[in-house]
Amino acid sequence: MTEDRKKASEEQLAYANILNIGMWIGLLVVVVTFIVYVSGVFQSFVPINDLPKYWGMKAKDYIHTLHAPTGWGWAALIGKGDYLNFVGIAMLAGLTALCYLIILPILIRKKDMPYVIIAIVEVLVLALAASGILKSGGH
Amino acid sequence: MINSKKLFKILVIIFSLSLLALFWNLSSFASEGQEVAKEVAKEAVSASSTPWWVWPLSLLIVTFILGILAVLGGVGGGVLFVPIVGGFFPFHLDFVRGAGLLVALAGALAAGPGLLKRNLASLRLALPVALIASSAAIVGAMIGLALPTNVVQTLLGATIIFIVIIMASARKSDFPKVPHPDKLSQSLHIMGIYREESLGKDVEWHIHRTPQGLALFIVIGIMAGMFGLGAGWANVPVLNLLMGAPLKISVATSKFLLSITDTSAAWVYLNQGAVLPMIVVPSIVGIMLGSIVGVKILAKAKPKAIKWMVIGLLFFAGIRALLKGLGIWK
Repeated sequence: MTEDRKKASEEQLAYANILNIGMWIGLLVVVVTFIVYVSGVFQSFVPINDLPKYWGMKAKDYIHTLHAPTGWGWAALIGKGDYLNFVGIAMLAGLTALCYLIILPILIRKKDMPYVIIAIVEVLVLALAASGILKSGGH
Repeated sequence: MINSKKLFKILVIIFSLSLLALFWNLSSFASEGQEVAKEVAKEAVSASSTPWWVWPLSLLIVTFILGILAVLGGVGGGVLFVPIVGGFFPFHLDFVRGAGLLVALAGALAAGPGLLKRNLASLRLALPVALIASSAAIVGAMIGLALPTNVVQTLLGATIIFIVIIMASARKSDFPKVPHPDKLSQSLHIMGIYREESLGKDVEWHIHRTPQGLALFIVIGIMAGMFGLGAGWANVPVLNLLMGAPLKISVATSKFLLSITDTSAAWVYLNQGAVLPMIVVPSIVGIMLGSIVGVKILAKAKPKAIKWMVIGLLFFAGIRALLKGLGIWK
């Protein structure tokens, strides 16, 4: 019994395995797309030489001045060198939700209802954050 | 004759002074860059004399050094990244915080699988805490992006100085006593056993004061999202000293926890346009390479001396953020 408790649980190992694979794929995509970006193979939405003019602006002013996309608007611009990078970044940011979805069937099979509920609510929270519905107002 | 101890101290002092000089120079360049950006906002013209590639290259070098220091000083990369890059580079704090979250996220994602497989990070402990912290981090991110920059900068400076005080004074307990696990932790079966190699025996652990701990994670989550700092500096004391998890379990679970907390806040920054790949990618690569080198140096270095150097660096960056926010040190 003690030996069993010393080992990581089935859901913990499943989470770790997906995290491991996804993290390496995500990092690889991040690095490769960045090399593509700075090499200038694809035209950028904001030309690299002009970027220093804008990176000192508040994000809201940056969006306003350049008519840059918000929310998932970047997905329509992945043909541009700079927005291509968002593919890898979104993969890293989406990995946690995927891990939760992977362990959910295991938790359901074990009838671990408190953690089933926690996992479902967490996925909903992450989906809400990722949806782009939430907007901050102010300055 | 200079013995190795003295030589090491001299090297630490020279290294610290070099870093300060580097940041000072970056700061003067950065002021120029930010002035240029302000001009663009008004006139859409630029007169920057610094080529664009200088900044990502500088960022790569600085984050490489920060990656080494983070490992040696026992802190997360995010907590060093935001005040230092925000204080001494020309990028707006919105983009720095967005990058800070992704830097902390990448580090946590990289460390997570190993910690989970070795049963040091506890999924049962992390999941309820993460739900609270990640929800609060969304709120924090929205507040941070809505507030005026000088207010966020000032609050960031005050927070960093507070973190310095915690780092310099907080006690840690390897095996806190938990006489009676509380009802909530018992009903959620938050407990475990891990192999403590230094003692050569298995350690069984439980937690207590779970409701109080969860309540504190609301504050931690808001701060993580607001400042993009990562939150290991706060996670570990709460898990270890308040909730009674062993230190190793607390450190590992905290690291894993960041992968969930920072994810929710990172999405908010991403959706609000506060993520620039030109800042994010060199930072992630620099911190990760630095961490790998840091782990190798750790075997030979004196962590205590490095810890104080990191505390000094953080204090300097905190003062810089505070004075920048108050408009005293532009």
